Amino acid sequence: MSPTQIEGDVAAISKRWKTKRGSLIMALHGLQDRYGYVPREAAMSLGEQMDVPLARIYEVLTFYNYFRLKSPGKHVVSVCMGTACYLKGAPRLLDEASERLGISPGETSPDGEYHLQVVRCVGCCGLAPVVTVNAELLAKVTSVTLEEHLSGGKASATVGAAAAATVGTMAPADDDGQV
Amino acid sequence: MPKLTFPDLAARAQATPPVSEKPTIKVGMSTCGLAAGADPVHAALAAEVESRSLGWRISRTGCAGMCSMEPLVEFTVPGESAVMFGGVTPEFAGRLVADHAAGKPLPDENRVPAIAELARVAGDPVAGEAGPRQYRIVMRNCGVIDPEEINEYLDRGGYQALAKTLSSMSPEQVIEELKVSGLRGRGGAGFPAWLKWRLTRESKGNEHIIVCNGDEGDPGAYMDRSVLEGDPHAVLEGMIIGGYVIGAVSGFFYIRAEYPLAIQRVEKAIRQAKAAGLLGTNILGTDFSFNVEVRLGAGAFVCGEETALIASLEGKRGTPSPRPPYPSVKGLWGQPTMINNVESLANISQIILRGGQWFSTIGLGASTGTKVFAVTGKVKNAGLVEIPMGMTLREVVEGICGGTASGEPIKAVQTGGPSGGLIPARELDTPITYEHLQKLGSYMGSGGMIVMDERDDLVELSRFYLGFCVDESCGKCAPCRIGGTQMLRLLDKIADGRGTNEDVATLKRLAHAMQKASLCGLGQGAPNPVLSALRYFEPEFRGRLVSESN
Repeated sequence: MSPTQIEGDVAAISKRWKTKRGSLIMALHGLQDRYGYVPREAAMSLGEQMDVPLARIYEVLTFYNYFRLKSPGKHVVSVCMGTACYLKGAPRLLDEASERLGISPGETSPDGEYHLQVVRCVGCCGLAPVVTVNAELLAKVTSVTLEEHLSGGKASATVGAAAAATVGTMAPADDDGQV
Repeated sequence: MPKLTFPDLAARAQATPPVSEKPTIKVGMSTCGLAAGADPVHAALAAEVESRSLGWRISRTGCAGMCSMEPLVEFTVPGESAVMFGGVTPEFAGRLVADHAAGKPLPDENRVPAIAELARVAGDPVAGEAGPRQYRIVMRNCGVIDPEEINEYLDRGGYQALAKTLSSMSPEQVIEELKVSGLRGRGGAGFPAWLKWRLTRESKGNEHIIVCNGDEGDPGAYMDRSVLEGDPHAVLEGMIIGGYVIGAVSGFFYIRAEYPLAIQRVEKAIRQAKAAGLLGTNILGTDFSFNVEVRLGAGAFVCGEETALIASLEGKRGTPSPRPPYPSVKGLWGQPTMINNVESLANISQIILRGGQWFSTIGLGASTGTKVFAVTGKVKNAGLVEIPMGMTLREVVEGICGGTASGEPIKAVQTGGPSGGLIPARELDTPITYEHLQKLGSYMGSGGMIVMDERDDLVELSRFYLGFCVDESCGKCAPCRIGGTQMLRLLDKIADGRGTNEDVATLKRLAHAMQKASLCGLGQGAPNPVLSALRYFEPEFRGRLVSESN
């Protein structure tokens, strides 16, 4: 991505949130939705455009688990480690995923294809154990189904698509009361 | 949608909802349903209905509570009661339509209990000896209406409570009704709702603010997600009424970023309510104006704590501050702020419509109304249940949820998440109330209920919960930051078979110090899972210690 492109993206996000109280976290969500992480250049540009010191931006970014500072790669594999998933074998699934992908939790594979992480409960405890691959949620995962998803190109959605499917922080403001 | 008026809503209250002359089909399409494959099921149903030009209505709905049986499809033949199918595949769904269109009876396979067989709803008499044991006030519309259609909410009595409040009740009368109802905060601590509302109303400030706490942090609980996804207008209506009572002009939904579908549906509900004149300037033509915005969490358990949540809403690190001052006096941007949990707010409209007296007759003692639990772990029928307070733990985990999936005896049940505690099987006949659970060393919490069977290792589970709190500690106060880490080291040592009797004693001492000296609920509650495990299962810990003679 070029510096002008970043400037443009940040300008749109800043325009939406700058006048709203306490909206720094929402603006940062906007950046992460756009890029899959918060690039340093974008954080710097956001600081300038929203008049927030860079130190404050990083103070916030590093506090919250949800924000990533590095590109996560194309396929983000998240193993849920909520209590229900934990009891139903999530630690073993994490080990298997780690071995299969050759990376530890929190790491991205050298070819940028996979990022493995642990998440704290995606709220599907009735379907435990749960693993998500980008926006796709896999229910009642077994060693076999996990292996299928990690090897079989089933992990097709990209981070961009995942972001689009999630939060509407990039969408235009909806204060005009229009449905 | 044109803006609604009081007469419009009054007419709605009188109207009988249209009855379909053709079969209707509902597909459960909340996060659980979608994860289990509801999308292709919906597509298969739609394709089959379309190709045969049947004109049957297929709608999506929220979580019916039977999460382990998703994808769920409810089929209603006109004049008959609804039939629910579970574990539906696209092939089965297609066949369902084709066979019924061809005049064949509905198949017997894949049948699961229909909602009416599981639960009574607000307005029905509370369950006696026979009949469904669940009682749904909060989840009254979940799995019933299309959460993305405000008209379906309106058809079920939606926004009638708002109309009643704005047309005939003073804020004091609403507070009085809440007082009579006995409603207590459903986030876990059980603070009387009416008192919180009154304290915030009476505090002086430039503006008053209401916040809906949807930062469901307990890893193992998802009641709030399901309600936000399944019936967002119910929560929004409670919030608008709350805004009126405390004199707020703005409100915020604070929702976990990990719940994208809940966020989408709440945003949509807000847009619909604005278009209908139920939110925004001069609501229902009165001089009451109120707006609501959505703000997202970013993955910090501590933000469920009120003061940390406020810091996060202000766009800062989510670190808690000492109380007092309480948020009701000095909260968001220093203004009086009322923070209510999702489930608390979903109760409000029913209390207004049916009366506080009605609500107070449900429940036991000082725990009135119902509570929604996410029953998970080693249980047979994992899912959401809403029960009248006072029902025993055994009725919930064995009666409603079918006991363990393995058929092995239940070893313990955990409530309250990382700040809660274990309840051993021998105490399962305890009624579920705030007081009874506290007496057992656990607490109500937000509604996580994890079932463990004999194979589960409670030393490991204690380590899991404590590890969670150590990871999530914000680091501001020393008792939590240092105490938690030291406790975890001792637990590691014990779990690995290197612990001594003295380590167990130190563990307990540290736990009590953390409970007393930590700044916020996270640190104060973090030792609870360990202490309750020691209280009921100390031999399991002792069995791991190195022999004293060595």
